[in-house]
Amino acid sequence: MSELPLRSQLAVALGRTAARMSRLAGRGDGSVIGGKIGLKLDPELLTRLARDRKLVLVSATNGKTTTTRLITSAMTPLGEVATNAFGANMPTGHVSALAAAREARYGVLECDEKYVPMVLKETGANVVALMNLSRDQMDRAAEIWLLAGKWRKALEAADTHVIANCDDPLVTWGASTAKSVTWVAAGQHWREDSWCCPECGGPLDREGANWACRECSFARPKPDWILHGQRVTAPGGRTFELSELQLPGRANRSNAVIALAVVAQFGVQPEVGLPLLGEVKSVAGRYTTVEFQGRQIRLLLSKNPAGWLEAFDVLEPAPGPVALSINAQGPDGRDTSWLWDVDYRILRGRPVWATGERRLDLAARLEAADVDFTVVDDIEQAVLAVPPGKLDVIANYTAFQNIRTRYGRVV
Amino acid sequence: MSVSSDSIKIVWIYPDLLSTYGDQGNCIVLERRAARRGISTRTVHVRSDESVPVDGDIYLLGGGEDRPQILAAQRLRADGGLHKAAEFGAAIFAVCAGYQLLGSEFGGEEGQPVPGIGLLDIRSGRGEKRAVGEIVGDVAPELNVPRITGFENHQGVTHLGPGVKPLAKTVVGVGNGDGFEGAYRDHILGTYMHGPALVRNPGLADLLLRWAVGHEIQPIDDSWAGRLREERLKAVAS
Repeated sequence: MSELPLRSQLAVALGRTAARMSRLAGRGDGSVIGGKIGLKLDPELLTRLARDRKLVLVSATNGKTTTTRLITSAMTPLGEVATNAFGANMPTGHVSALAAAREARYGVLECDEKYVPMVLKETGANVVALMNLSRDQMDRAAEIWLLAGKWRKALEAADTHVIANCDDPLVTWGASTAKSVTWVAAGQHWREDSWCCPECGGPLDREGANWACRECSFARPKPDWILHGQRVTAPGGRTFELSELQLPGRANRSNAVIALAVVAQFGVQPEVGLPLLGEVKSVAGRYTTVEFQGRQIRLLLSKNPAGWLEAFDVLEPAPGPVALSINAQGPDGRDTSWLWDVDYRILRGRPVWATGERRLDLAARLEAADVDFTVVDDIEQAVLAVPPGKLDVIANYTAFQNIRTRYGRVV
Repeated sequence: MSVSSDSIKIVWIYPDLLSTYGDQGNCIVLERRAARRGISTRTVHVRSDESVPVDGDIYLLGGGEDRPQILAAQRLRADGGLHKAAEFGAAIFAVCAGYQLLGSEFGGEEGQPVPGIGLLDIRSGRGEKRAVGEIVGDVAPELNVPRITGFENHQGVTHLGPGVKPLAKTVVGVGNGDGFEGAYRDHILGTYMHGPALVRNPGLADLLLRWAVGHEIQPIDDSWAGRLREERLKAVAS
């Protein structure tokens, strides 16, 4: 590691102290405040901390935190890896992650979609992994067509290798200005945001996994890696089973194949990476099962319509009970309109509980989907109302954090 | 007249371009509220590469990003189906980007003026600040619809010409930017309440249904929508 200038060393030290104090005060893991103070003292701290390391940026609407974790796990054969494991995915979080692992030669950084251009410029990251783009909380998130356009500009100017999901037309468009790209057919289940060609606005025709614009030449590139069900075909045609993966559902199989493609870029072969992916069992509380009075409560985080589709994919089979909790605080998005983009009819025939600060929005939505439901004031009432056994809980961001705090922060 | 003989066609315009945020909620609400009155419905989703049928009773236009909004306006103008339907007296309900494009002009991605489709005498441009938050308005009394509640998320400023009236007087929020929210003429109605605006405003949904069937419809039990309305109105009052 190259030596940091004195001012930067001071910035790192003070940032760490602030982070420690924040943790002691019980205000989270301190990575945001630590990074904030560090950057205030040395605005170029991120660039300095990134120097001489091999860095990966991971961005998408969904699956950023999980994929970051999977890549980090699969990179362990290379040595120490710096990472922002707790989802602090803006430059303040990146500074904290890199400052906390000064000797690490590698880093895997989850990056908020909007910050990809800036963080790429500041860090000169070697690899950028881009997975999916879909409608998110629009009162705080950017419009995705605009966002993909910004990725294009940033990648055009950068000297970085991109790993991108070519099953998502908007991601493909966003990535296709990069000088070198590994295309991964990682799947796309939410298609409501990709009916039109990102290049010209014409209709996209789909046939099987392929897609192509009817009016211009924009089409799905030939994939280098292909996910089919439980199996992955690597470049050169070798096939691997994903059976060791512990995280459930097809979304995590998508995340896993992206992770394999990323680590292959650093020389970690799939046969080495796969068992390491299998060591990840839960990610920042997601997919965790907690025991409470004879109930096994599994916590699933879903923040937007595409995320709900993936949560439904891993539910216990009907008539397994489900509790849903919806808030609309800042991090959740203050607008609940997106509930109407989720097809809740899949919950018919199960006992369903609705809670959270916006349980009435949920009630109106479930009623319109002809789902039988019970509205309860808090999650505890739902938990105690189901007989001992399994309960799946799907919650959006702050609702999820509340439940996690209530039933123990298992990471 | 016999209510059970009513049958209406709902046309959702360009879900591939104008459906960013729960817009299908308006379709679902209309279908359900019609069914509970014994009105049978047929819903057609018209994608932007298809022609717009002229025989619909209620047309819905949702919200969209700048580029899709421009594309939708170009295609609707070239298609002409919505204009014919409007001449035939069909009801049109448009939210946010859909509302703006019904006018003579709206702001594109760089704020440049883009021609609209000219069904409403309104002209929109880009404001200085994005309006994001709850919106409440008192509806023009002749429409006989209770106070509206919704969520707005736009940077538009809309000027109303003499050919339209404001939908509501803004109580909370920004709306058109001049103390009023939305606009209407005949059976064409636009609003800045985005996404599934009819969920919290069953009165507005019933107005569209009355226009479509041409007579009064009986009241129905609205307990969940009613509780949601009450909660939202209380949340912005405090």
